[in-house]
Amino acid sequence: MTPVRAVEGKAIPFGRANVDTDIIIPAKWLKTISREGLGRGAFETVRAEPGNVFDDPAYVGAPILIAGENFGCGSSREHAAWALADLGIKAVIAPSYSDIFSGNAFKNGLLAIELPRAAIDRLMEVAKTDPISIDLEHQTVTTRFQDRFTFEIDPFRKHCLLNGLDEVGLTLAMEKQIAGFEAKREPETPWL
Amino acid sequence: MTSGPRTLYEKIWDAHVVERREDGTCLVYIDRHLVHEVTSPQAFEALRMSGRKVRRPDLTLAVPDHNLPTTARLDAQGRRLPIADPESAQQLAVLERNAPAFGIRYIGPTDAEQGIVHVVGPEQGFTLPGATLVCGDSHTAAHGALGALAFGIGTSEVEHVLATQTLLLKQSKSMNIRVEGELGFGVTPKDLILHIIGRIGAAGGTGYVIEYSGSTFRDMSVEGRLTVSNMSIEAGARAGLIAPDDKTFDYLKGRPMAPKGADWDKAVAYWRTLPSDPGASFDAIVEIDAASVAPTVTWGTSPEDVVPILGEVPDPDSFAEQAKRDAARKSLDYMGLTPGQKLREVGVENIFIGSCTNSRIEDLRAAAAVLKGRKRATNVKQALVVPGSGLVKRQAEAEGLDRIFIEAGFEWREPGCSACLGMNPDKVPAGERCASTSNRNFVGRQGPGARTHLVSPAMAAAAAVTGKLTDVRELMR
Ligand code: SF4
Repeated sequence: MTPVRAVEGKAIPFGRANVDTDIIIPAKWLKTISREGLGRGAFETVRAEPGNVFDDPAYVGAPILIAGENFGCGSSREHAAWALADLGIKAVIAPSYSDIFSGNAFKNGLLAIELPRAAIDRLMEVAKTDPISIDLEHQTVTTRFQDRFTFEIDPFRKHCLLNGLDEVGLTLAMEKQIAGFEAKREPETPWL
Repeated sequence: MTSGPRTLYEKIWDAHVVERREDGTCLVYIDRHLVHEVTSPQAFEALRMSGRKVRRPDLTLAVPDHNLPTTARLDAQGRRLPIADPESAQQLAVLERNAPAFGIRYIGPTDAEQGIVHVVGPEQGFTLPGATLVCGDSHTAAHGALGALAFGIGTSEVEHVLATQTLLLKQSKSMNIRVEGELGFGVTPKDLILHIIGRIGAAGGTGYVIEYSGSTFRDMSVEGRLTVSNMSIEAGARAGLIAPDDKTFDYLKGRPMAPKGADWDKAVAYWRTLPSDPGASFDAIVEIDAASVAPTVTWGTSPEDVVPILGEVPDPDSFAEQAKRDAARKSLDYMGLTPGQKLREVGVENIFIGSCTNSRIEDLRAAAAVLKGRKRATNVKQALVVPGSGLVKRQAEAEGLDRIFIEAGFEWREPGCSACLGMNPDKVPAGERCASTSNRNFVGRQGPGARTHLVSPAMAAAAAVTGKLTDVRELMR
């Protein structure tokens, strides 16, 4: 995985709450056996609406997406994270996420940043005209108008993101502990 | 490890921690892994690229379901029929290659045991109380009905489990939903879970594992419990749990992958220690009186948008929050409904009985009981029954349920996810309405522009007969 330190640029002021992963990437796009190219199907139903933010030339290529509560709810499809990445989005800012989505995002080096409602409202305003900066190291979201919001992130996730660590590789290095667990448990619960 | 009285969730969690980090993240051992064709290709590919193996193929079971067409799979000579859509065919072919290549047990499209992963797991005894179980599908929560800690994962996690048989997780908060009393006449587990989601909201369970307890669940069949736990994710919860009891053990006994002989006795003795201890504490408690639940239907595009069947479409302005008012307006626009409209006057052109929520034998029996001797209304253009597995299908045929459905004007299909997610050819046409026993009424879920009303199997059958959303109790008297 490539290390992630900061994301800077225009933000798409989407703002919608309860954006489910069927909206992010409809089922017909899930027939792929690859992680690439899903940006074409991203937000397909939203993009069918005239005047939608995704096709607004002001936000083309924006690396940040701002959304409402419970972003990424519904289906566990990681295709949602792949589709966002394929669109060029490197960070989402929202008041809350579904557990599965935030995990999927993290594993693809996509930041899922949680900020309170008031901060989201403010950033939605700023996004209309100006870029937004996210600094993972210092856990801040800033604008050129002196706004400065700090966010929480799991320290382990932060460490992996900053250093581009592969989680499977890290866990495989714990083979001794895993084998030890299996050996200890086998006689206790042989049916498992 | 929690000291003092522990919840069911805490007991399962504690028994599976391989290693605990300082920040509270745990490496958790996974006992069972279900794999299907849609969320696994990229995971197997990643293993291949890094030269990694599947650590415990014996704990992994692969079954295609999501994308598999539900039309006949064999021709008159018993030869396998090709899948028309080349992308779907390829996805299935990739699973059929990956499973043997990595040594994983595979149940194929023409095997009698094939079906929706969440129907097959319990049915085969692959799902066991006290086990941790994962699958690349959010409705994995269903398996919690048997007292397994079960949750959906993304493809990177599928890869992680295949390679290491573990996951890195943080313990969730715990919520106890207590329901006491008897469900009323014509009220089913599906109505109860829709009612619960309406009560706590589509994000009400986010960050929690829900334990369902109380006399209503104790008296409920294992199949009903599966329906309830299945939809935990629609309330945002990672998992649902119901304490294993004699009903659970009776259900599992003799299933092909369940423990046998001395192991069985040992397992049951262990399973009896799992229920939450008296005095165990939860982070949140919700109490519901079963008698207050009516046959329930959704009006909007979130599973929290529920009303009793005798109710009306709400006025968006009646919601307290601005965001919800906006969402409700959008929903009504999409659904083609107006505030104040009576739900039981809403016509439907499509009926879907199926999905991992409601495709087990009890569900088909409940629908058939309503349909017996009746016909679908003339405005109903498509009525599908898609059994959850080949075994459910055979059982239903042995009981003559297929005849009842076919005579009522339904199509009797092969097992799979079907119109639940509209990925294979089974879809609801744009602008048309569907009374569906599935679990998601999201925009476009059953096909672009499809308008979904979530209901119980009996309510779906009633809608088929009258051609509109209907209070099934009227047809049951
Ligand atoms: S039936 Fe629907 S919800 Fe269940 S596993 Fe299939 S797609 Fe998912």
